[in-house]
Amino acid sequence: MITLKINKKVHQVDVEPDTPLLWVLRDTLGMTGTKFGCGINQCGSCTVHFNGLPIRSCSVPVSAAQDAEILTIEGLSPDRTHAVQQAWIEEDVPQCGYCQSGQIMAAAALLSQNPKPTDADIDVAMTNICRCGTYQRIRKAIHRAAELI
Amino acid sequence: METLNTSRRTFIKTMTLAGGGLMLGFHLPISSKFAEASTKEQAINAFIRIAKDGDIAVMVPSSEMGQGIYTALPMIVAEELEADWTKVRPEMAPLGKEFKNPAFYMQSTGGSTSVKAWWQPLSQAGATAREMLIAAAAKKWGVAATECEAKNGMVLHKGSGKKLGYGDLVESASKLQAPKNPAMKPKDQYRLIGKSVKRLDTPAKVDGSAVFGIDVRVPNMLYGSVKTSPVFGGEVASMNEAAAKALKGVKAVVPVPNGVVVVADSYWRAKKGVDALDIQFKDGKHANLSNESISKSFHQALENKGAIAHAGGDVAANLKVAKKTIEVEYEVPFLAHATMEPQNCTAFVTQDSCEIWSPTQGQDPAAFVISQLTGLPPEKIKINTTFLGGGFGRRFEQDFLIHAVLASKAVGQPVKVVWSREEDTQHDFYRPCSVSKFQIGLGTDGMPVAWNNRIVCPSILTRVLPQYVKNGIDPTSVEGANELPYGIPHQHIDYVMKDTGIPVGFWRSVGSSHNAFYVESAIDEAAHASNQDPYQFRRKLLDSQPRFRTVLDMVAKNSGWGKSLPKGHFQGIALAKSFGSIVGEVAEISITPEGQVQVHRVVCVIDCGSVVNPDTVVAQMESGIVFGLTATLNGTITINKGRVIESNFHDYKMMRMAETPKIDVEIVQNTEAPGGVGEPGTPPVAPAITNAIFAATGYRIRKLPVSIHDLKSA
Ligand code: FES
Ligand code: FES
Repeated sequence: MITLKINKKVHQVDVEPDTPLLWVLRDTLGMTGTKFGCGINQCGSCTVHFNGLPIRSCSVPVSAAQDAEILTIEGLSPDRTHAVQQAWIEEDVPQCGYCQSGQIMAAAALLSQNPKPTDADIDVAMTNICRCGTYQRIRKAIHRAAELI
Repeated sequence: METLNTSRRTFIKTMTLAGGGLMLGFHLPISSKFAEASTKEQAINAFIRIAKDGDIAVMVPSSEMGQGIYTALPMIVAEELEADWTKVRPEMAPLGKEFKNPAFYMQSTGGSTSVKAWWQPLSQAGATAREMLIAAAAKKWGVAATECEAKNGMVLHKGSGKKLGYGDLVESASKLQAPKNPAMKPKDQYRLIGKSVKRLDTPAKVDGSAVFGIDVRVPNMLYGSVKTSPVFGGEVASMNEAAAKALKGVKAVVPVPNGVVVVADSYWRAKKGVDALDIQFKDGKHANLSNESISKSFHQALENKGAIAHAGGDVAANLKVAKKTIEVEYEVPFLAHATMEPQNCTAFVTQDSCEIWSPTQGQDPAAFVISQLTGLPPEKIKINTTFLGGGFGRRFEQDFLIHAVLASKAVGQPVKVVWSREEDTQHDFYRPCSVSKFQIGLGTDGMPVAWNNRIVCPSILTRVLPQYVKNGIDPTSVEGANELPYGIPHQHIDYVMKDTGIPVGFWRSVGSSHNAFYVESAIDEAAHASNQDPYQFRRKLLDSQPRFRTVLDMVAKNSGWGKSLPKGHFQGIALAKSFGSIVGEVAEISITPEGQVQVHRVVCVIDCGSVVNPDTVVAQMESGIVFGLTATLNGTITINKGRVIESNFHDYKMMRMAETPKIDVEIVQNTEAPGGVGEPGTPPVAPAITNAIFAATGYRIRKLPVSIHDLKSA
């Protein structure tokens, strides 16, 4: 049994310790907001917060998450009121939407460390792939979220 | 609300059909958060259901893969229905003959057809329902229908000031005869269509609740992971099934075409099962294929005579007498779709039924394949279309569905099969590689008089829809090349069909993805050969094409064409019509001392005729441009020994935030018939970039992607 703390709730899971955190979230706990895109730390679809820092959950074994505070898209706000979610709605960022949980978690982590990021800061922090090419709107929405916070 | 049993209620909701009794309709909620929130709704026709509280569900027959169709099609319905937009919600249509895409006579989404094909039928559905609601109110009040009007979800009686909401009227309205020719609004009275409206699917896509195929969970569901032969067409030679089955949670190893699905109680355990198999393949007949061998055979095939795609005038004679002749060849590689959501499908096959949950662009093709695999008749097949994490043509195919159906059939339980990114990259139906050759004769004024173009390209339709291949022409191989907007008096365009053994399929903008690169590079070369400005040169050739010329002029103006640019910046221009829309783009680039191309800005103008949701058109241009930039700058699928070398995003590179240019889009305002918007943004990107590179360096890129060229020394 592995004990996890996700979105402030404690969960016990019976999985092999090398199982990536991503698949524990999705399959074992049914929290499917966090997505699988590549499995090799390339795309960021699986981004969650690990003690406040953005990590790619496909590349973290669940055993390494045992003592951490994990935050997923489901826990970002109860009702889409987080500034990043609000800004995303205002700018109508998502297209297919598949990458957007990861983008939002990456943006939320950026803003919590750097409340007024420049374009250059955004370029460095936002390395997640969006195959629909919503980057321009993501950039705009991050600036907007910075105003909302 | 009635349910079959509580464990499945997430997926089941009662649906009342007009004229019929109560029918059970299966559907997926858009958002897992609202799975249980629904009130009893009355259908007024196949597309519209109205609840007592006035909430309106619009059945959307097109799959939502990012293009905003869950908003655009409900807008069309709501316009004629005079609905209160805040009460309208989209719902994915089930399998049904009313939902066949009028452009293809099958239920499917593609070819940028949704708005243009559904505009009329959905306007009609909205108008019909509106007239029935008015008639129901008039009957109730004992007044003439002509004294009543519908507005914002209510029917009003002008004389008495009486009013009733649609929710109060729907039950009686649904019992009335549907009018055959309901009155439709003139376009100048639209109050919703043509205005930018927020997408209805955005809320579910910012809180993780949107249900994609990969997110489907049904009771007793198992998970499948796939391994198929790396060489196309190869077969399993050996594997250690026992080793896989010895692992915790692994339930079965199921044979599928060219490989296996390992079924387990979680995806990760299934994937570990695949790894444990130590599977070996017999390579089969394609084991010697490589990019070099394919490219060589394509260039050789340029010497063959092709099937004529377009011919007018006397090209041979006019090439002879031309003052100057240009002869050039171009080439593009295979490309993968790389949808952000890897291919997946969930199936539950029993003795006498099959239900699937699939992120599919092709509901009718899915039903056809299921009946082939199971022998079940269509009425025993249920298809739930989820959100698609990108489509781009990939999800018209049914290979992933086959895996899920076979796996479920074998284990007798629902199975969700999820491909790894590696499997997805290496087993696509690729954008075809192709080559194209031009001989262009320039007259004494430097303008082209003769245009001879031969395309060598694998055929997509021969496999997918062979009935559309006629006289040796696959229309998707020559689109974008055979109907030039330019006034060139003598033209000959032909096509050599050449199969390679590598599967090919529809890839965002299909034939225009390569032909726009070829044609717009060749025109640019002609302009430079006659020392003319590439914009003015094109303009002169568009005398009798006012819509094209307007787009060209606007994109030149918006990009500041010909004006001074920051030091080291250069521009390239391109123009292409595809899927009924004309798009012009100007790319502004610079090249670093290391030879890296930096794209600073792409200016885009689109004429897509009448527009439903302008902000969605802008979004689709932004999206198509980034998609095109990925392909132009880095996109290659390399074949070696019959297999694909690239496997994941580390070697099949996508554009990211830092490389993405500023994109400016303007829409031409007119009321022409609607064109497509999902694809037309992509074709002009490649030539706009390579034309800009020529302007910067004098080096002409005739083979994509840009990354294979050394621009440091150029
Ligand atoms: S799935 Fe984790 S980085 Fe792509
Ligand atoms: S919105 Fe589709 S991948 Fe980003």
